[in-house]
Amino acid sequence: MKLALRELVRRPGRFATATVILTLIAVLLMFLGGLLDGLIRESTGAIRAQSGDLIVYSDTAQASFLRSRIEPDTRATVDAVDGVERTGGIGVVQLGARVPGNGPRDLASVALFGYEIAPDGVPDVPADGQAWADDILKADGVEVGDELLLGPARSPVTVAGFVSDTPYNSQGSLWASPATWRTVLTANRPDAQLADDVFQSLIVEVAPGADVGDVATAIDAATGDTETFTIDDAINAIPGVEEQQGTFNQIIGVTVVIGLVVIALFFALLTVERTGLYGVLKALGARSGTIFAGVVAQAVAVTLVAAVVAGGLALLLDAVIPPGSIPLLVTPTRIVTSTVLLLVAAIVGCAFSLRRVLRVDPASAIGSGS
Amino acid sequence: MSTSSSAPDTSAPALEMKAVRKVYRMGDADIIALDHASLTVQHDEIVALVGPSGSGKTTLCSIAGGILGATEGRVVVAGDDITDYDAKQLTKFRQERVGFVFQSVNLVPFLTARENLLVVDELGRRTGAAARARADQLLEELGLADRRNNLPSQLSGGQRQRVAIGRALMNEPRLVLFDEPTSALDTQLGEQVMELIRNEMKSRGTAAIVVTHDERITHFCDRSVHIVDGHLDAA
Ligand SMILES: Nc1ncnc2c1ncn2[C@@H]1O[C@H](COP(=O)(O)OP(=O)(O)O)[C@@H](O)[C@H]1O
Ligand SMILES: [Mg+2]
Repeated sequence: MKLALRELVRRPGRFATATVILTLIAVLLMFLGGLLDGLIRESTGAIRAQSGDLIVYSDTAQASFLRSRIEPDTRATVDAVDGVERTGGIGVVQLGARVPGNGPRDLASVALFGYEIAPDGVPDVPADGQAWADDILKADGVEVGDELLLGPARSPVTVAGFVSDTPYNSQGSLWASPATWRTVLTANRPDAQLADDVFQSLIVEVAPGADVGDVATAIDAATGDTETFTIDDAINAIPGVEEQQGTFNQIIGVTVVIGLVVIALFFALLTVERTGLYGVLKALGARSGTIFAGVVAQAVAVTLVAAVVAGGLALLLDAVIPPGSIPLLVTPTRIVTSTVLLLVAAIVGCAFSLRRVLRVDPASAIGSGS
Repeated sequence: MSTSSSAPDTSAPALEMKAVRKVYRMGDADIIALDHASLTVQHDEIVALVGPSGSGKTTLCSIAGGILGATEGRVVVAGDDITDYDAKQLTKFRQERVGFVFQSVNLVPFLTARENLLVVDELGRRTGAAARARADQLLEELGLADRRNNLPSQLSGGQRQRVAIGRALMNEPRLVLFDEPTSALDTQLGEQVMELIRNEMKSRGTAAIVVTHDERITHFCDRSVHIVDGHLDAA
């Protein structure tokens, strides 16, 4: 082990190629992971921010606000369910917004929410005609006090202030009163307009001590036509979220396999090259296990160096890419999990050299030699 | 378990080979490298093994040092019968009982002279400070004190050979096997190295087999044994 690490320190050039390739693979891995995290974050922010425990959609809505409708009598039924402390109506409309100072075709994508229970980080419902804006809209030039004109009807909404981490479907959210939302919805999407007191969905706060899952079941049993999710389940149920995760995780898996192959090939070649040295060491009494542990130690060290460099580059990338352009989110968790994945790949990759290490014959050291 | 961990019997012969036969299988052909070779080396004796190329000298050393198994016959090193040792026991035996100086020098290229000596301890007994003291003492005796931090590539052929000798002595072996230690050196350097080998062996009372095909250096040894086509003469 000591011997192997000394070789790394004394002959870094030998390991440079492998380290560079692994660094690129690690950057790719962290970038892909960061992109996935960023996309998921931008798709789910509005739901993640909900301070309630449950969210109620129509049973035909498949967890989509736009397909869901909650009538006042349904809401009354939900309110009456044991363990329901409070309900808040919520609804959304997705539109293009004209931002003052931007060209007429330079629309910002927004999701205007009408809400009753304030999500985490969002202040109480603003006055009619006003909205709290998600700060990703800053990338579109939105400023506090701007009057945004929403949709083909150019419905005016004034930005009262900014909130963080609440985007929906990669669009910047605007948080407004139910009345404002209904007005904008009616003006721009007449086919989807809703009567007063009708919402798309309900946020439910569960009474302290009540079991969240039991309350969800009770709500659906009481109404007969709703599907109730915990907030966590609702996040995963957002249309597209699972598909995004599945696709990205497959690409990430392939990348890890490529890392494994690179390490396997590199250390297999190195082991062939070192057959003579290993023969001498075995003649001096080295066990195969000791020698193999050295190979693994080198692979782990090379991978760690690559991961640290890549982690730094990923963070740098995250800092350099302007917010709102690419949904990249580089978190310590992502860096650590990518590193662990690569380390596992490195160790598995080394296993391909084990047989060759075992087969090195100490007699090869003593022979006629070179 | 392994007899090599028992207290060594210091007066037992360093090596007793009895009717050792070694056959290499090369495809269909059998090469008989050693044929009924019997040899006893006393506990403090230096034996020269002289013979032409291909006569079985290296094979004999490999068997005596637990690197190769004999096809037939018995091999006892410093009282330990290693004939039936498995690979694991042989590994331990090599760690503790024998020293090798290979035909080609084979130092670890990225380690300094001193580290090349310490490798033996790191792979084996792991005595740490004691090993460092021993390495420094050996380097001193071998005239390499000022070269201890040099890499093999920074040493001359003779210096490398001396490092290899030091490495062979690190584990305080009962038997040291020198496979043509002077073949790569000129006559004068070869004699210096032989003198060094003799001094090191005699001051420690360690037995050695020195392989050579050069009759001129045999006078540094206590006696010579000749080998031709795998047969030892009865010297
Ligand atoms: N690994 C091997 N496989 C097959 N034949 C071998 C092997 N090693 C040595 N030999 C043969 O055994 C004989 C003795 O070899 P060796 O002990 O190396 O002789 P020396 O050291 O005296 O030159 C030679 O004929 C050689 O070709
Ligand atoms: Mg030979």
